[in-house]
Amino acid sequence: MVMKKPKKILMLGSGALKIGEAGEFDYSGSQGLKAFKEEGIRTVLVNPNIATIQTSPLLADEIYFLPVTPEFVARVIEKERPDAIALSFGGQTALNCGLALEKSGILRKHKVKVLGTPTSAIELTEDREKFAQHLRKMRIPVPPSGAARDLAAAEKIARRIGFPLMVRAAFALGGQKSGVAHDLKEFREIARGALAVSPQVLVEKYLHHYKEIEYEVVRDRADNCVTVCNMENMDPLGIHTGESVVVAPSQTLTNREYHGLREVSIRIVRSLGIVGECNVQFALNPNPKPGTLSPDFYVIEVNARLSRSSALASKATGYPLAYVAAKLALGKLMTQVPNQITKVTTSFFEPAMDYVVVKIPRWDIEKFRGAEERIGSAMKSVGEVMAIGRTFEEALQKGVRMLGTGQELAANGFSSRDLDRFIDVPTPRRLFALAAALKKGKSVEEIARRTGIDPWFLDRIRRIARLEKEIGKKPFSRELLLTAKQAGFSDARIASLRGETRERVRAGRLRLGIRPSAFQIDTLAGEVPARTNYLYLTYNGAHHDVRPIGRKGVMVLGSGPYRIGSSVEFDWSAVHAAMSLKRFGKSSIIVNCNPETVSTDYDVSDRLYFENVDIETVLDIYEFENAGGIIVSVGGQASQNLARGLAAAKARVLGTRPEDINRAEDRGKFSALLDKLGIAQPPWESFASIEAAKRFAAKVGYPVLVRPSYVLSGSAMSVCMNDSELNAFAAKAAVVSREYPVVVSKFIEGAQEIEFDGVAQEGRILISAIAEHVEFAGVHSGDATIVYPAPTLTPGERAKITASALALVRALRVTGPLNIQFLVKDGGAAVIEMNVRASRTFPLLSKASGVNFAEEIVAAFYGKGRRRPMRHPRYVIVKSPQFSFSRLTGADPVLHVEMASTGEVAAFGTSLHEALLTSVLASTSFKEKPRAALLSIGGEDNKRAMLDAAEMLHAAKFKIYATEGTAEHLTRSGIPAIPVHKTYEKGRTTALSLIEDKKVSFVVNVSDKEGSLGKKALRATDGYLLRRAAVDRHLPLITDLNLARAFLTGLKRHPLSELPVRSWGDYLGKK
Amino acid sequence: MIGTLTFKDGSRFDGQSFGAPVPAAGEVVFTTGMTGYPETLTDPSYRGQILVFTYPLLGNYGVGERIYWESSRVQAAGVVVSHYIDTPSHHASRETLAAWLARHGVPLVEIKDTRALVQKIREEGTPLGKLTVGRKDIPFEDPNVRNLVAEVSIRKPVTRLPGQGGGKRHVVLIDCGAKRNIERELLARGLKVTTVPWNWRLFNDQRSHDRKTVDVIPGRIDAVVLSNGPGDPKMVQETIATVREALRREVPILGICLGNQILALAAGGDTYKLKFGHRGHNQPCTLVGSERSLLTTQNHGYSVSKVPPGFRAWFTNGNDGTNEGLIHRTKPFMAVQFHPEHTPGPTDAGWVFDYFLSRI
Repeated sequence: MVMKKPKKILMLGSGALKIGEAGEFDYSGSQGLKAFKEEGIRTVLVNPNIATIQTSPLLADEIYFLPVTPEFVARVIEKERPDAIALSFGGQTALNCGLALEKSGILRKHKVKVLGTPTSAIELTEDREKFAQHLRKMRIPVPPSGAARDLAAAEKIARRIGFPLMVRAAFALGGQKSGVAHDLKEFREIARGALAVSPQVLVEKYLHHYKEIEYEVVRDRADNCVTVCNMENMDPLGIHTGESVVVAPSQTLTNREYHGLREVSIRIVRSLGIVGECNVQFALNPNPKPGTLSPDFYVIEVNARLSRSSALASKATGYPLAYVAAKLALGKLMTQVPNQITKVTTSFFEPAMDYVVVKIPRWDIEKFRGAEERIGSAMKSVGEVMAIGRTFEEALQKGVRMLGTGQELAANGFSSRDLDRFIDVPTPRRLFALAAALKKGKSVEEIARRTGIDPWFLDRIRRIARLEKEIGKKPFSRELLLTAKQAGFSDARIASLRGETRERVRAGRLRLGIRPSAFQIDTLAGEVPARTNYLYLTYNGAHHDVRPIGRKGVMVLGSGPYRIGSSVEFDWSAVHAAMSLKRFGKSSIIVNCNPETVSTDYDVSDRLYFENVDIETVLDIYEFENAGGIIVSVGGQASQNLARGLAAAKARVLGTRPEDINRAEDRGKFSALLDKLGIAQPPWESFASIEAAKRFAAKVGYPVLVRPSYVLSGSAMSVCMNDSELNAFAAKAAVVSREYPVVVSKFIEGAQEIEFDGVAQEGRILISAIAEHVEFAGVHSGDATIVYPAPTLTPGERAKITASALALVRALRVTGPLNIQFLVKDGGAAVIEMNVRASRTFPLLSKASGVNFAEEIVAAFYGKGRRRPMRHPRYVIVKSPQFSFSRLTGADPVLHVEMASTGEVAAFGTSLHEALLTSVLASTSFKEKPRAALLSIGGEDNKRAMLDAAEMLHAAKFKIYATEGTAEHLTRSGIPAIPVHKTYEKGRTTALSLIEDKKVSFVVNVSDKEGSLGKKALRATDGYLLRRAAVDRHLPLITDLNLARAFLTGLKRHPLSELPVRSWGDYLGKK
Repeated sequence: MIGTLTFKDGSRFDGQSFGAPVPAAGEVVFTTGMTGYPETLTDPSYRGQILVFTYPLLGNYGVGERIYWESSRVQAAGVVVSHYIDTPSHHASRETLAAWLARHGVPLVEIKDTRALVQKIREEGTPLGKLTVGRKDIPFEDPNVRNLVAEVSIRKPVTRLPGQGGGKRHVVLIDCGAKRNIERELLARGLKVTTVPWNWRLFNDQRSHDRKTVDVIPGRIDAVVLSNGPGDPKMVQETIATVREALRREVPILGICLGNQILALAAGGDTYKLKFGHRGHNQPCTLVGSERSLLTTQNHGYSVSKVPPGFRAWFTNGNDGTNEGLIHRTKPFMAVQFHPEHTPGPTDAGWVFDYFLSRI
């Protein structure tokens, strides 16, 4: 039954990065495309995520930057006529889209075969009730449960099973709208939320403090199965696996448990007829009846597709799950797919690890005002790190540092009351609270009882806490230093415990000959010689598995974990930079610690260190490899920040000199440079005292923008409307940064914001592109809607911008990437910021212009860059942000100078409005046939400015609901609008009830001027309630005036079903 | 206390000593299994071997009651691991690994760079070595010149009956160092199992063709199972002779691990010593002539080089192509090089027992 090889495969991507569906699908899609391409099959990709590697012209033959929705994909199918479709590489988004296409008969009609796992199996696993029945029939235990389609039925089930209960929404990403209910009140709240996002709510027995264990199973068409990896969550059941510290392989399972669960997971996968990859999650009773040999467990979840866990398992073991799954989907057997690491064995095996892997989630909850810090059964984390060590302690401490938050595991910053709270209530701080409590002498037993965390983990953390004390006290012997390093302590931590400098500790360590070993991840624990380039560092070793590359080796520093402000776009730049090193006869050495990335695929670079991107580790690798240089400018701000330290340690940083990088980043120096060059900038001043700042604000007039010198994703950057807001900022900033001064500048209202991206060589610009924000300045560029080419710039403004850029690049002797942000108002152009590193917009502008900026960076480093005129395109590209507010209970979904989006999409079009509409559709769950809209516009100016757009909406035959003031304004101007009261009022249609009942297909809520600080009463405002309701009901929400106008205009001009379906190649005219 | 692993070539590796403060000498081998250390360490096939665990942590869940063991004692001569865990956590744990090893007189030394040891063993092929703790030294010793099977086999036959209703069919398990789970798997399938010592005379009249005439053991033999065991199969000529006799009488035979090699030798095949053997839980085996493969637990240093006349290869190793099983072309004689009784390791191969029983 060997299947016929398809000629053309359509692959669906997962769209923008969002909480619960992030970079892991760039990895799996890229591997899938690679696997298909090797077989000589043409591939077509639909994915609007422009910052991904899979949408670079390396892998897919045709790329469509279009929404992954049944409507658009159906039209792509009609145009491309693929004979097969791959659904399991693009997360839940791709799966849902594929199931809809199957259901509507589109796939059958066009004879498109679904590759790999049959859709019937996917449907079975997605319907929790049917799936539970399926498992019960096989005598596999599932928690007592029931499914309901309305609240009353759900309550009935709740009474039958009894509290506590786990409540979840079916068909939802990453445990959205789920939670533990201890009583009927809590139950109703969660169930109502779940039913808002899903037609079905599942209620099941909550298994208190059970262990959560996962298996990644691969099956081929001949029914051969392997479990590539098992993983143990450190946090007990109830904390989503995406929110938990996860360890691979399991640490506390006996053979009977490990293999008992393995056998069950294989039985399930066989019963479903999976072809490819499947993830099975178990709840395991840590305290079963005495004398039970076989595991006492329940199956809690099955994902019949590649997932975040499978990406993690791939990186943890070196087994390329997505690649192998793609080959199996083509009908190959695992024994026919060579092991990519050893090259001498096959993919039919289970990796033997001789190391420990620890994954830690990265949260950014504090970036969202109003968001709840508590974590649980729904995902809130925005990224993750993976650390590899030869002890749990080593891996865990590495992992904590990789988070890039500057925290150390057992640094003790909790008061006793805080400590108790952070132990009992799971939050991102719990891990640190555990360490602090153990350091203070709390017992392992007590913490285990309160948290449900297995004592095994707590004992390991206690060892770290005890070592901290020893390091601080004892005279320093070589033995103690080695023990500390083997337990994962950084030089910096040791230094701070001993009151020394990091440099001194390092020098002392090197003198004692204590250096990490470079070990291979070879999938077979050394049993077979492997020529793999997949490496990690450990102090639990005494030799190196590889020889240094030497001077021709060039290190490329990756971005670390995805977080707000640093995401897949930096991985894109890093991957392309690494790949183009080959053209200059160099060998690439990538350093990164993010399992969701393509840069950590071992076949992207000549050598991969799955390691932390910090000064200690980078220098250790640099010195061991005896490398010829380090590229710091493609991994985002975090890697760029290492430039000074690396230069101080005499390491060779490629491109712009570290002192020049500093001249661009230190606000004082940079401002002085602007003055010297005669380039306009908003008035600013550096301040140390709040009084001086207020005097300055009074002089230039509010609003003012305040920020610290080194800025990442606008952290701690704020607009202040008055003195009291400035006070609030000062209080916060003092904590944020003492090392660098804080700056106050005049905030210019109503200005266009411009992005100037380019690559320069020895102070001369080689290539550049100018893009424009749709929103006025004040919305972070990561959250802004960005258009290329800039639609409203006049030739005069363009000339000014270009001249300023040329002067700055010359003055800073830039070699490599650069990004300058300008404010344009009334014909003038002022510089607000410059980065001499690859910016967030590099992949966007590279793909928009057809010139790969990241490749040019490397050419510039070696003096081989060519000046290239940029063609003015005959199309428009629009990038839209993707927000994940719906995941963050309580967060106010409104835009600020601080970034809040988790991802982005982009779409091409022949006009601005065409591209913008497609782009907005790709980043929201917009209904295909919208009928009604809700407008709520604050402020007279805004209301006036919205009139023309509202007129268009009316002309497009939309029913317009509007809150009272807005409705009145519209009606007065002759635009029919149905007035509704803002908040709840019994028996009447209100703005909230319209949203709750989904009577409108989108919401526009523009508030009057609002500062970003000091609004204590934030939660109570009507606007907040309205915005939050829209987000909670998954309705598209627009909060910016300019964007709203552009969007409504688009709706009028372009019926959705007529938006063009054209590939990237079509637009670029490359055919 | 400091312990030292010394190889015959003089190379030395120091580390902290846990377990029994006694020296041990033997063949140094490694296993890549990531769990199941109590089962592994009590597997009689590890007799005479210093076992290096490639997974760096050992002792995580302590050691449970005997039901988790594969024989009545720790069989490995010594244990080497990168990082010993002395704070076990498991509901079934009764003592720490170190305490258990100490009780059984087996040393454990923590050597950080076990990966270097694996590379050495891989390149040199099961070198001889010794663990020394404290002052007392001992000479190197090649366990393969000893009759290791005789050391681990039981002394007297024991018969066990399965649970309710079974026991109509009777299997003799020849114990060359049998893992307990072989017997458990047979009992679980409703068989009466008599375990006999490796050199037990099964048939009282070597010329008779009657299956029922058995020395000492009352009743008829429906099948013979040849167990796993340590060392060189050519050391157990008496077992080979017994098997040869069983073949002649056409008693159905299932060989496991060493049993595979014994069956090969008894039927006219041959065996050889592998460079460094297969020890772990992730050895892929392909069912010859099919698309089916399975993952198996293995622990052997010797392998079948020549398939005996009348037999064909049943399984082959997916990594290195070595023989993983034999099956007679017409008669119910079969053997596997891997461990269908698992513990520790994957349970994929349990059907081998069922298949064998269907052929009795």
